[in-house]
Amino acid sequence: MLASERKPQGFDFDLCKRNDWLEKQGLKTLKPWSTGTTICGVVFKDGVVLGADTRSTAGETVADKNCEKIHFMAPNIYCCGAGTAADTENVTGMISSQLELHRFRTGRESRVVTSLTLLKSHLFRYQGYISAALVLGGVDCKGPHLFTVFPHGSTDALPFCTMGSGSLNAMAVYESGYKEDMTKEEAMELTKRAIRAGIFNDLGSGSNVDLCVITADGAEYLRNIDMPNPRTFTAVPAPFKIGSTPVLKSKDLPVPSLETQVTVETTATAMDMS
Amino acid sequence: MEAPTKMKEVLTGTTIIACTYDGGVILGADSRTSSGNYVANKVADKITKVCDKVYLCRSGSAAHTQAVAGYANLYLNQHAIELGDKGCSVKAAANIVKEIAYGNKAWMNAGMIIAGWDKKEKGKVFVVPLGGTLMDVPFAVGGSGSIYINAFVDRNWKPNMTKEECKSFVRKAVSLAISRDGSSGGVIRTVTVNEHEQVKEFVTGNEVPVYQDEIQSKGPPQVEFVSV
Repeated sequence: MLASERKPQGFDFDLCKRNDWLEKQGLKTLKPWSTGTTICGVVFKDGVVLGADTRSTAGETVADKNCEKIHFMAPNIYCCGAGTAADTENVTGMISSQLELHRFRTGRESRVVTSLTLLKSHLFRYQGYISAALVLGGVDCKGPHLFTVFPHGSTDALPFCTMGSGSLNAMAVYESGYKEDMTKEEAMELTKRAIRAGIFNDLGSGSNVDLCVITADGAEYLRNIDMPNPRTFTAVPAPFKIGSTPVLKSKDLPVPSLETQVTVETTATAMDMS
Repeated sequence: MEAPTKMKEVLTGTTIIACTYDGGVILGADSRTSSGNYVANKVADKITKVCDKVYLCRSGSAAHTQAVAGYANLYLNQHAIELGDKGCSVKAAANIVKEIAYGNKAWMNAGMIIAGWDKKEKGKVFVVPLGGTLMDVPFAVGGSGSIYINAFVDRNWKPNMTKEECKSFVRKAVSLAISRDGSSGGVIRTVTVNEHEQVKEFVTGNEVPVYQDEIQSKGPPQVEFVSV
């Protein structure tokens, strides 16, 4: 039998093609919130550090100035997400729940390769239409692991990796500053610098730095460890203090009487009970 | 800023090669994977083990070829359990890869070389190019860099090379491709498979041999004519 004669199996992506065509014809579709992002991770002597900025964008508008891009997968595994915010949140959430069921079933700690396989096979099924670019890190019985996962389902295992629109800026910092067997503090500082490179030099990234340090002893989620972009204005203008201006002259005026007469109508009407 | 939603597919713009020698096979590959103009991974491993003493060189879409390698690995492990200690054949592995490649040819972007050693047929090389055909060949090149070295391998390959001859042949071919193909680069990885060993090795980027005196050359290129 020829391949062309075989019954089609799996998903049908015809509507995706149609939607692309309609957009080319000028159909206006809603822009999803995408995490134009800088995310990265690095392996150090006895663990993994993950980092992320906290800006979420919808087109050119900053949709959320302090969002969370480091997602929980398992107590010993976390995952940074870039791409469409909805996709990264849902895909990590789904795999995280599968991992928890797997832990209940086996009674063992989740392994990083398990979550990697679950993520990549899910993303591969959807042929890149789930736009989730991930940096997956964790420590399991085999030691520290770090992976990147691309939207089409391909993966790489690397000692340091970056993702998102600010990945080039962060990669420049990692390429220049990476050493083998760094201490936890060195790795954290390098990752902070990498994320800051994204925050300051990439338009899609901004606001604060989040870190997550995972060692064999567990994970530390360090939310907003760096806040290099404090608010330069306050939401409500500060009121002037009493006495800020001198009193030049004062005058008392008679207050008019406020007495008024109110008549209340009390004509009773039968209530309609039908 | 390029929105990540429009992220380019990751491609192994590649040079891959596999070659039989007296007693086994050597597989070779560069280590560059790219996403558009960006080098997504400069130390990628494109030579994947699919079962004992059988390896797969991957070119094309990284996602597709990783999936094929994953499925081939799954099927061959089950097959190896059925076979017991006989060990799985290179031909069986190549057939499974072909079945996956041909069955999904409508949407798949994967060119692969399967090579390894088995007791019955010794060192074997098979190639499964884009359409999903399966060819039994003594040596094969693939990927975007292969066009630059087809003539080289045709001219310089000879049957029954020694292991060392074959290894330097493979490394020279890949380094020639790296020097001309923008989508190939990084380190040169090799896997040597024969009756006694299956060894992974690599030559680091700064040790990759340079040809035509490029980079180092200060004056006009010194062309040396060699009669063959």
